[in-house]
Amino acid sequence: MIDRLEELKLEAQSAVTSSQDKKELEQVRINYLGKKGPITEVLRGMGKLSAEERPVVGQKANEVREAIQASIDSKQAFFEEAELQEKLSAEKIDVTLPGKKVEAGSPHPLTAVVEQIEDIFVGLGFEVTEGPEVELDYYNFEMMNLPADHPARDMQDSFYVSEDTLLRTQTSPVQARTLQAAKGEGPVRIICPGKVYRRDEDDATHSHQFMQIEGLYVDKHVRMSDLKGVFDTFVKEYFGSNRAIRLRPSYFPFTEPSAEIDVNCGVCGGDGCRVCKQSGWIEVLGSGMVHPRVLEMNGFDPNVYSGFAFGMGVERFAMLKYGIDDIRHFYTNDTRFLSQFKHV
Amino acid sequence: MLVSYQWLQDYVDLSGVSPEEVAELLTRGGLEVDHIHRYHDGMDGVVVGKITDSGPHPDADKLTICQVDLGDQSSQIICGATNAPKASKVVVAKPGTVLPGNRVIEATEIRGQKSEGMICALDELGVSENLVSKEQQDLIIELPDDAEVGSDALEYLGLNDVVLEIDLTPNRSDALSMLGVAYDISALLDRPIKVPEIEHGAVRKNAIDQVSVTVEAGVDVPYYGAKIINKVTIAPSPLWMQMRLVAAGMRPVNNVVDITNYVMLETGQPLHAFDYDRFGSKEIVTRRAYAGETMTTLDEQVRTLNEEDIVITNGHTPTALAGVMGGASCEVIETTENILLEAAQFDPVRVRNTAKRTNLRSESSTRFEKGLDAQGTVQAAERAAYLLEKYAGGSVLNGIVESGEMPVFEQEVELSLGAVNTRLGTELDQKETEEILYRLGFGVEDLGDRWRISIPSRRLDINIQEDLIEEIARIYGYDRIPTTYPVSERSAGRLSNTQKLKRKARRFLEGAGLEEAITYSLTSEEKSKRFRLDEFSDDVRVLMPMSEERKVLRQSLLPQLLDSISYNKNRQNNDLALFEMGAVFLPNPGEKLPSELWHIAGAFSGNWTAAAWNKTAEPVDFYTAKGIVEGLLEQLGLTEGVTYRIAKREQLHPGQSADVLVNGQVVGFIGQLHPTFATREGLPVTYVFELRGEALLTEQDKTMRYDPLPRFPAIKRDFAVVVDAQISASEVQHVIYEAAGTWVKDVTLFDVYEGEHLEPGKKSLAYSVTFLNKERTLVDEEIAKVHETIVERLQSKLGASLRG
Repeated sequence: MIDRLEELKLEAQSAVTSSQDKKELEQVRINYLGKKGPITEVLRGMGKLSAEERPVVGQKANEVREAIQASIDSKQAFFEEAELQEKLSAEKIDVTLPGKKVEAGSPHPLTAVVEQIEDIFVGLGFEVTEGPEVELDYYNFEMMNLPADHPARDMQDSFYVSEDTLLRTQTSPVQARTLQAAKGEGPVRIICPGKVYRRDEDDATHSHQFMQIEGLYVDKHVRMSDLKGVFDTFVKEYFGSNRAIRLRPSYFPFTEPSAEIDVNCGVCGGDGCRVCKQSGWIEVLGSGMVHPRVLEMNGFDPNVYSGFAFGMGVERFAMLKYGIDDIRHFYTNDTRFLSQFKHV
Repeated sequence: MLVSYQWLQDYVDLSGVSPEEVAELLTRGGLEVDHIHRYHDGMDGVVVGKITDSGPHPDADKLTICQVDLGDQSSQIICGATNAPKASKVVVAKPGTVLPGNRVIEATEIRGQKSEGMICALDELGVSENLVSKEQQDLIIELPDDAEVGSDALEYLGLNDVVLEIDLTPNRSDALSMLGVAYDISALLDRPIKVPEIEHGAVRKNAIDQVSVTVEAGVDVPYYGAKIINKVTIAPSPLWMQMRLVAAGMRPVNNVVDITNYVMLETGQPLHAFDYDRFGSKEIVTRRAYAGETMTTLDEQVRTLNEEDIVITNGHTPTALAGVMGGASCEVIETTENILLEAAQFDPVRVRNTAKRTNLRSESSTRFEKGLDAQGTVQAAERAAYLLEKYAGGSVLNGIVESGEMPVFEQEVELSLGAVNTRLGTELDQKETEEILYRLGFGVEDLGDRWRISIPSRRLDINIQEDLIEEIARIYGYDRIPTTYPVSERSAGRLSNTQKLKRKARRFLEGAGLEEAITYSLTSEEKSKRFRLDEFSDDVRVLMPMSEERKVLRQSLLPQLLDSISYNKNRQNNDLALFEMGAVFLPNPGEKLPSELWHIAGAFSGNWTAAAWNKTAEPVDFYTAKGIVEGLLEQLGLTEGVTYRIAKREQLHPGQSADVLVNGQVVGFIGQLHPTFATREGLPVTYVFELRGEALLTEQDKTMRYDPLPRFPAIKRDFAVVVDAQISASEVQHVIYEAAGTWVKDVTLFDVYEGEHLEPGKKSLAYSVTFLNKERTLVDEEIAKVHETIVERLQSKLGASLRG
């Protein structure tokens, strides 16, 4: 009996080995381990055996069964692996075909620039404040130290809506509004981005509508050297750490002393080229110490408070940063233009 | 302001300082040099020649053959100018010279006669044609006898000059003169100023016996002075003076006119010369013009005046429009012998308004507009008298006939060293500060703890302590001011909640595939009426629009956004998804300022997704636009109370447009453009939305808590119902929610079907409903019951039947 079992094992294992596929293997399993198979038969005939023989044959039968099962399992695994390999190979694709791309849109370059600048100033402790685009000339001019007969207030240059209201010509009125709301208590640290309007014919360098960012820092003991510090930081953040600033005396009715801030040319590094008109410098913004009249008119004591203010043209920043040569591109919204700003 | 480098050296020593260095110095000192002009760049070989012999060209009537001595050689040159036959000393461009306009001079033959070079006219040397005097036009330059043959003609003419173009800030009226600029250079370089010569030999006769001056309105004319110069000879002014005027951008006329202009450029004080004998009387009366009064100005134009204009009259008729332009009737002409020279101060605002109204902005009016040095007026008159004596052979009568007081303008401002240093952040000491003040020509009186500074009358821009601080800073050098950081208390900067939400909305829309547009706020009256969310209200209009297209403020973003769609379509950009965020403007009765409302709009046309190797193109449709709106509202935290209902709006397709409601309030719309409207406007099939931004910007819920994840499984049931095609999906959905009770977690419509196998006029809607009980596992029987309720309710309320 034992010999028969041993024989069966070898026979079965040989059948396993020679099986060609899962189906044949299954047949082998049924043939040897199935209910009608020889091993079952052996076990069924156990009753005829003596009590001494029974456990020996039983154990042997189990061993043989397990051995055959192990051979089958192993062969089964082999077939499955082969099958898997075949499947994987059949599923091979051209990974260089384009993906199901999620096509994102893009911010408008002016918005991108405004947000970049906002983020830098927020990091420096400023808040972002906005004001109306149709403004009282009281805020737009009067409170900015531009009295009634000032040449800048010519009706020809601004879009008046009524005798004393106009489309704001600058974002400066937000300064006046914010200072008045602060009721003489500093510090006031704001930047004010927004649209402004002037009666200019639209061409490559002029637009009747454009964007400005105005800024104001008013507190006790603010010095002109602080203005330099803040803008040195700003310019390095915005244009790059290798850039430097230069201050030049200038004039604005609402600041005294006033300064034009130049940045060394990014194209030639300051040696002089076509972009910077050979000067090595590019004018980027106007600034200055808040005029004592402006502080006073807007409820701040100029003997206690001082501050600096600045204003920049968003289009100019975008044009400088991205090399854009025609201001009208910002307002025609050609998607071949807009889509270039996806990654900014 | 055009500043000649050579001329500047009359007033300040510039040895060792190149034009570029002067430009840099001025720019850093606050007079920004915008451009450095070198008209002579590249011109080599332009010399003084002497015509030794000349005769007509045998084969050309209008040409002259000249033998010209050039010093080192003699050349034959053919010349076409009419003054060639009698000219003596001329300007010759030798072969090889490159004249402006890239004109290369070569030895050549003209009608069989050799010509070795060119005898030049002024415009050929780069002098702009409108700066060449009338007499000189088309003529070759005739040089005076003192010009040395063979020497550099450009140098003789002063055409080797370098001209600095200064972009003046409006406060620096003092720098509208050569002297003013020289004062700044003197301060910046710390070199002394040389004041021009004014000592002339007045004759015994007194001017006061020849003319009287009456000023009717003293406010208009604070000062009027007249000098008389007899027996002048009208002729061209000296060549050097002409060339200086040219450098400053003024056209030479004759010696008298040139001298008045020259002195204006030198001192900043405009002057006017009248022909004394043709003045019409011996009295000068200044007054306001009468309404409708007319006069003929120098340019031969008849001007109609009004009561806002100041005029100079002879007691009867106007002889000049004060500060703006003289009258033709007493203009200095070739036969003029006696000169009445005006040196006056006029009200700047009046001059500005008159110049503007008559469109006669000139070098003179510009200077009056900005304000003049009160103490410079008489000096300028004397300087001109000196030059008229010297270069026009005139005799200057004694004295100046005047009216009004020369305002003694000696502003005094107090200043302390502490103020300078605290404002600038510098550490200047008393000595260096005082030195700077002296260099500027300011008077400095030490009051112990502060100074009293007296300001020269030419500096109208200095009135308060801060003005002086700027003066000190610009002479000290802005770049020497240290770089520091503000010492005030730190606090976090921030964006407001609204600003953050606006950014979030932008990011969502960009991420969803839309491109941001920015359009103009001004639009036409017709466009402003389109797509308004609010009832018709009047437009906010500008008083002086520049065009019909930019006349009123927009009340909706869409008309302009559609302009962008059409702009793109015309450039074959067909697949478009644009959005804009911005203000619209509504009149606000009773208030000065209109209401500015923040809107979000979008427009879609063409394909939403392009065709690719693995998919077909998907054109935009109503649901593209709606999906964006749904996503946007969700991003902004509006998850509940949002409904959509079919809407009728002008310009929109009646069957494909919906109002968007939040808690029952209309906050915007979505829709397809009405085909008729789109065709008329040349627009493609376009879907749009516009939303009231403010209604969407809710307070961010800072107390938001997460919903614990369910511990029990959810159960899903799918079913389809057949309803009348007229019944909207939202009605069905509403009934399902109502019937499903508290366990319903989600209802998803996954199929809509109309057509075969269905009765006409019916449609099938397939839903997947998810149920969840947070407390326990739901059993099938419970769900079956709810499901039954749903079906019953759909049947009773909407006549729906379960689809098999």
